[in-house]
Amino acid sequence: MASLSSYFSPITRRRLAAFKANRRARVSLWLFTALFVFSLFAELIANDKPIVMQYDGQWYVPLLVDYPETEFDGFLPTRTDYLDPFIQQQIKEHGWALWPAIPYSYQTLDMNMTRPSPAPPDSRHWLGTDDQGRDVLARVIYGFRLSVAFALVLTAGSLVIGVVVGGVQGYFGGKIDLIGQRVTEIWSGLPVLFLLIILASFVQPGFWWLLGIMLLFSWLGLVDIVRAEFLRARNLEYVRAAKAMGLPSRLIMWRHVLPNAMVATLTFIPFLFTGAIGTLTALDFLGFGLPPGAPSLGELAAQGKNNLHAPWLGITAFMTLAIMLSLLVFIGEGLRDAFDPRHVQQRQAGPAQETQNA
Amino acid sequence: MPNPLLRIENLNIAFDDTPVVHALSLTLNAGETLAIVGESGSGKSVSALGIINLLPSNATIKGERWLGDTDLSTLTQDQWNDVRGNRVGFIFQEPMTSLNPLHRVGKQIGEALRLHQGLRGQAARQRCKALLEQVKLPRPEELLDAWPHQLSGGQRQRVMIAMAIANNPSLLIADEPTTALDVTVQQEILALLRELRDHHAMGMLFISHDLNLVRRHADRICVMHQGRIQEIGPVEQVFQHPQSDYTKALLAAEPEGRPQAIKQAPPLLTARQLSVSFKRPKTGLFKRQPPAFVAVQPTDFQITPGETLGIVGESGSGKTTLASAVMRLVTSQGDVTLGNDKLSSLSGDDLRRQRHRFQMVFQDPYGALSPRMPVFDIVSEGLRFHYPHLNDKEVTQRVNQTLHEVGLPESCAARYPHEFSGGQRQRIAVARAIILEPELLVLDEPTSALDRTVQKQLVTLLRDLQARRQLSYLFISHDLAVIRAMAHRIMVLKDGEVVEQGPCLDVLSAPKHAYTQTLIAAAHLAP
Repeated sequence: MASLSSYFSPITRRRLAAFKANRRARVSLWLFTALFVFSLFAELIANDKPIVMQYDGQWYVPLLVDYPETEFDGFLPTRTDYLDPFIQQQIKEHGWALWPAIPYSYQTLDMNMTRPSPAPPDSRHWLGTDDQGRDVLARVIYGFRLSVAFALVLTAGSLVIGVVVGGVQGYFGGKIDLIGQRVTEIWSGLPVLFLLIILASFVQPGFWWLLGIMLLFSWLGLVDIVRAEFLRARNLEYVRAAKAMGLPSRLIMWRHVLPNAMVATLTFIPFLFTGAIGTLTALDFLGFGLPPGAPSLGELAAQGKNNLHAPWLGITAFMTLAIMLSLLVFIGEGLRDAFDPRHVQQRQAGPAQETQNA
Repeated sequence: MPNPLLRIENLNIAFDDTPVVHALSLTLNAGETLAIVGESGSGKSVSALGIINLLPSNATIKGERWLGDTDLSTLTQDQWNDVRGNRVGFIFQEPMTSLNPLHRVGKQIGEALRLHQGLRGQAARQRCKALLEQVKLPRPEELLDAWPHQLSGGQRQRVMIAMAIANNPSLLIADEPTTALDVTVQQEILALLRELRDHHAMGMLFISHDLNLVRRHADRICVMHQGRIQEIGPVEQVFQHPQSDYTKALLAAEPEGRPQAIKQAPPLLTARQLSVSFKRPKTGLFKRQPPAFVAVQPTDFQITPGETLGIVGESGSGKTTLASAVMRLVTSQGDVTLGNDKLSSLSGDDLRRQRHRFQMVFQDPYGALSPRMPVFDIVSEGLRFHYPHLNDKEVTQRVNQTLHEVGLPESCAARYPHEFSGGQRQRIAVARAIILEPELLVLDEPTSALDRTVQKQLVTLLRDLQARRQLSYLFISHDLAVIRAMAHRIMVLKDGEVVEQGPCLDVLSAPKHAYTQTLIAAAHLAP
């Protein structure tokens, strides 16, 4: 840790300390990271295939390799359905299998249901099943991962485009700024949702389609912030000093101006992130989002709306979204406060006030 | 002996747990000016603000404070509101920001009257007008309805003074009231303050870093250093027979000496008909473009190797614009030739490649260094760009050598700018410039943000560097004492026009132009 703290500048160290001092943000960050890392291993946690198995003394890794049923003395040369009672019987007799904690993937239909779906939570399906008989918990785990991954890529993409466009406008100013501003204004006037709905009518929008379309518009929010910071920073004396030194513009922007815009940008990231998750969920809820069958929280929410007699669907969707977004907002709040010099001072001034009155 | 107007005993002020003022005791009588003098960080402003409880909430104030018969240390918030602006007037340093830009002048003065005297409407307006007359502003009737941005710095400071004396306070605290103003305006404001003090029989607490000013405008003087009183006594006594070592050092801190004589050589920098003008915005869509604002009129000058050309002028005279034009940081007309290269015809990459030959040191040592980079990176940045063939070891060696040359230890290379004082930072800025081995160094008010003692050191350093490296300086300053110690020749600028130029000592001793004469008279140069 000592080498780490000496690597950072004192300002960064103070910000880290301020973030660490904020208990809610710190705990939220830990929880969110833990949840995301957990969901990254979703295939090991909720899957309709065993992780490893032994059959007739031979090792199999169904998680990674598709084996035909004939391998296990079945009749069809197709991919093995390990939930099939016959196959399960075979495995029991000829060897053993290590199953994930939840033996269903996000699109596994449970064929051995004793009750009509949607079925309420029980020991078999911890959060019940949805109206097609799929395990809700498995869908939530995969859906969480998909949402966060989508938001991560979208945020990273918007960050790059937004910072570059805003930076160029702000740093060079003048005509470039004027034209750039008008173009972004017109661009931001385009209705994103309608574009997506129109798109949904002639292509089947998948993960990358949605990402691409939303990326076209989500960087707009960053431009104004970054542009304002660059406009301010380009007149700072050390930036003028760098110009006088003869450094090329790209180096000046990268080394001297960008760090100034970083605070505003970083503060904005959590809101981009939550916005991305919200938009994806909304699209899925309306049915214009990810293809049917994809694990999505929005689709779960839509099912909850359509099946009011199965409250576990709606409640699960709501709780997942609420917890995820709250954690992100808390982290964002912590970041914002850590980067705000006034906030740190205020918190220090608190106890001093008391001593003065005493 | 009557009761003193203000009596402070054993005042201690601490921020959080860091003490900044130790055991300050002083008395001030009515009709008297007591000057608190000290360098930046000596605790003079904090003391003044502490006396009237204007410090942020993390400050602890201990000690006795008496204003006449009122014990200031026991007042409640309401009672304070009654004292401040009524019995105590306060003038702040920065006239540009101490007036609210969203209210008219008359309203801001009227506010003090309404709060403390209950004056409203026509009565308040008449009184405001009388106050503006008292502070000798022209056309008071019109100025009542003016916005602060329509006034000059000196006029704003007069408005500020009018607000401070609106309720006939018995104590006037002036915190560096003239520091942000030009020398000629300074004299007028100080004369006005003195006249008002006599007229209203006020006691005046005058805070300043400028000994020269204090000597002519204060009755008694209190020298502070690092939060402690070094010396307190009548002005002449302190100046003639200083007791403490610190006061002696402060008195001896006037920049002195002269630069080395120059050898005859062909000029290094030649500017021919150099001028800068800025387009003015159109006032309406179909209006005609108004004529451009000429910041610098066409000017000719040249600098030979090892020579310093001083540029003197008040704010707005175009000094900095001229420097930026020479540095090719603003678009300009006319020719600039450095050595054999015509800089004014270069642009883009070609210009950038030449930039290591002419470097600049900026005015504000706090703003000119990136707070996010350690000193080593700041100093080596330009070196790595202009001399890419150097390896890491050579760069380190050059940086250490340069730091040594500007009088900084090698150990500071790993530290960040905020760990240094203003003078040290300015040395870093000089190191950053000279490591590129420039032939010309443009210095834009390099000393004006520094304390007198530090100024003197920097002037000595710059002269040494010049002698050693045969550097040419274009030295901009409003401070004639510094100019005298630095420049071979000077150029006096007024409203973008050169009104006088010639050898430094000749101009200073026998100014020809009327403006130069006022400037030199106002500066009260020590012989």
